[in-house]
Amino acid sequence: MSNITNEGLVLACSAIGAGLALIAGIGPGIGQGYAAGQGAAAVGRNPGARGDITSTMLLGQAVAETTGLYGLVIGLILLYANPLYAKLG
Amino acid sequence: MGFCMANLISGMSGMSMLADNDVDFMVHYLVPVKVFGQQVWITTTHVTTLIVALTILIFALAARRSILKGYEVPNGFQNFIEFLVETLDNVVHSSMGRHAKNFVNYIGTIMLFIFISNISGLFGLRPPTADYGTTLALALLTFILIQYSAIKTSKFRVITNLFKPIPLLFPINLIGEFATPLSLSLRLFGNVMAGTIMLGLWYGLLPIFAKLGVPTFLHAYFDLFSGAIQTYVFAMLTMVFITDKRDA
Repeated sequence: MSNITNEGLVLACSAIGAGLALIAGIGPGIGQGYAAGQGAAAVGRNPGARGDITSTMLLGQAVAETTGLYGLVIGLILLYANPLYAKLG
Repeated sequence: MGFCMANLISGMSGMSMLADNDVDFMVHYLVPVKVFGQQVWITTTHVTTLIVALTILIFALAARRSILKGYEVPNGFQNFIEFLVETLDNVVHSSMGRHAKNFVNYIGTIMLFIFISNISGLFGLRPPTADYGTTLALALLTFILIQYSAIKTSKFRVITNLFKPIPLLFPINLIGEFATPLSLSLRLFGNVMAGTIMLGLWYGLLPIFAKLGVPTFLHAYFDLFSGAIQTYVFAMLTMVFITDKRDA
């Protein structure tokens, strides 16, 4: 394993970093699931307000999704526009 | 091992680590242009944005014709246009209240543009909203409107409001102001880009029989459903932020 180049090391670590960054997806998953569950409960309690509940739920879920998307963006940057690789010159 | 690494490095000479010719979801450079001595490129995003703009223009001209002809009892296309405008009015009115009439045009414009952009993946284009430049421009428009509203209603309390409730929180409040356009643009970009990548991987990596029929569901989810939701969310958050500043 003595023939690992600098570039290779940066690429491999970037790939691992991208994978780690996407662990951020756990949070939004739990949050959106919780919101959907509460939304279902609310519709069960008050079926008349279905439209309002659905739009509020979707808005909240979209906001909760943001942190996961930050992780996705970090992952994409590491894979496709790697600043670390550029630094090697 | 050495061979494998060399392969990876030579792949990197393109722009991406997955420089597989079959997988294709990145922006492509088409025509070089010099602007003030800077080398910039006309990309696929420009082309698809133009196509989306032309689509909206043709739709608008058709709508204008249909409304000018205007029957007392609407039918067909006129009915659809009236339904669209009424729904838009209702949505904007329910979340902006008395400010609705000033902003219904802006909200309608960004909703049309974002929605047509998001579903353009259905027609084989690369959605313009999957390019961070487009979404950042949209979010900056909203940011300018938000700050304009804030200055209009609370004059130079805009500055003092940053020092509330205690002066110590000034940096956090400032970051909070600038985080708004950042999170708005990244949310839209991330969602559309995720859909584009998923479909690009599906079309690029799987054998031919998986490409028939199955992508219909992926397109329905990523382009239609996700696109519509993100359009609604972007417009809704814009309205909420602006109303927040106007009523302050």
